[in-house]
Amino acid sequence: MLTGLEEQIDIIKSRYPTRRSAIMPTLALAQASEGPLRGNILKEIAEVLDVPEIWVFEIASFYTMFHTEPVGKFHIKLCTNVSCLLCEASQIREQLEDRLQISTGETTADGLFTLSTVECLGSCDTAPVMMVNRDYHENLNAKRVEDLLSQLMLQVKD
Amino acid sequence: MFDKVLLKNMETPGSHLITSYEAHGGYESLAKVLKGYSPGDLIELVKDANLKGRGGAGFPTGLKWSFVPKDTGKPVYLCCNADESEPGTFKDRALMEKDPHMMIEGMLIAAYAIGAEISYIYIRGEYTLSIERVEEALKQAYAKGLLGKNILSTDFSHDIYVHLGAGAYICGEETALLESIEGRRAQPKLKPPFPAVAGLYECPTVINNVETFACLPHIIERGVEWFRGIGPDASPGPKLYCLSGRVRKPGLYELPMGISLRELVENHAGGARSGTIKAVIPGGVSAPMIPECDLDVGMDFDSLAAAGSMLGSAGVIVLDDAACVVRVAMCTMDFFNEESCGKCTPCREGNDWASKVLHRLEAGAGRREDIDQLEFLCEGIFGNSFCALGDAAAWSLGAALKHFRGEFERHIDEGKCPFH
Repeated sequence: MLTGLEEQIDIIKSRYPTRRSAIMPTLALAQASEGPLRGNILKEIAEVLDVPEIWVFEIASFYTMFHTEPVGKFHIKLCTNVSCLLCEASQIREQLEDRLQISTGETTADGLFTLSTVECLGSCDTAPVMMVNRDYHENLNAKRVEDLLSQLMLQVKD
Repeated sequence: MFDKVLLKNMETPGSHLITSYEAHGGYESLAKVLKGYSPGDLIELVKDANLKGRGGAGFPTGLKWSFVPKDTGKPVYLCCNADESEPGTFKDRALMEKDPHMMIEGMLIAAYAIGAEISYIYIRGEYTLSIERVEEALKQAYAKGLLGKNILSTDFSHDIYVHLGAGAYICGEETALLESIEGRRAQPKLKPPFPAVAGLYECPTVINNVETFACLPHIIERGVEWFRGIGPDASPGPKLYCLSGRVRKPGLYELPMGISLRELVENHAGGARSGTIKAVIPGGVSAPMIPECDLDVGMDFDSLAAAGSMLGSAGVIVLDDAACVVRVAMCTMDFFNEESCGKCTPCREGNDWASKVLHRLEAGAGRREDIDQLEFLCEGIFGNSFCALGDAAAWSLGAALKHFRGEFERHIDEGKCPFH
């Protein structure tokens, strides 16, 4: 799975005095390129960095942005922390659950959407806020959420 | 009239580009420092300016730098804490997205002062645009000879690398941040030893916040007197305030340190959405909430500490009279429970227990003894873990109980949340 990433992994390694420091950035690179960290990927990373596999596992299992389970094509991450809560994020959550017919933490049967709630995304002045994959969607209301979901579904049909 | 410096150029199109930064005098402070100051002079100057760290703890920056031992034979590291994750805070994100060179110039000034050849910027992984903009800014700085070997044809050489976080609030705690760069689970360590003596890879290390770095070029450019002339003597300078919650004009404001919390919320941010403020959290959810009657307090480290709260990250969250304090306390405790790294039992177990009790109260199934139980839990958590996460959880809940006990009682008496 790491084929083609060797050059980038070498650059990562050159930035730190220890190989252990390269684990986190290599996991991020592997996930960005290949998707969730499944199968032998942790073992492969351990081999390429020449570190014990347990070191890789302890990182992959500690940080929430590393996924060891499949996630949908569109990963919706809704902030439910205080500023968003005060701006009715729970209504947005109910709307998403209704519309996608899943509970928070689940993925739709077609594998398109995963819905997660996350802690503060640092965009509190534009609450309520969510991310879809790498993009922020701010000042959410029922119409914006509906428009966005329709647009994403359309993207898939095309 | 207060002149903004930190947010001044943010509305200029392309403000994140080096061309825009240099057109506004960018990197001139670095040139001035490299040509005219010894590292020792520079540390004294920052001490004189009395710059207090903008990350939350408010430790004097120059003093922190002066703790770095000389001639240990080990490399010295500089880290930029850009893991902004304190709920209610979005200032560092704005600085990195819209004016990243200000932070980079500040880092170079700091690196020169402490004799560091390598820096790491620890940016939280969710900040996709910040990451992109900072990486781009670093490339531009390298291309112009402002990073790398022999910067501006002097003997000073410096490399900066970005290290990405991956979703762990605790990485904002400095020893956890260092553990994370070293490739471990981000679990705080006991201090001492302090990072200045034994930090990253057991080498002398200084960790400063994005906004702290952003202040440095301005102190060099305008001078110590200018900086000390803004805000209170004990913690002077310009300050970024993040306004959110049930407020009419949420957003990022640059105003003098020490401005009154009431003035900030009512005059600058337009007041509460409903027209009536119930309480304000002044420094991110770690900071105890302040009821409306006590809002005439200065937004600086000492004044807020005296008022039983803290400036923290200056994430100001407004609760109006439609907001439920129990719900806010529950949401806050859920956050600390989720983000506890699990190392210390009082924080790991205490937060979980308090969270369960708060959920029961908010659902209307609370019992009379629950309020005393929460107070008991706060006492058990506070002061009994390695880092400040447990303290913050207990402290913020304690303030909600102290100032709004009646609201907790109403949830029990009415058997439901009176607000929802």
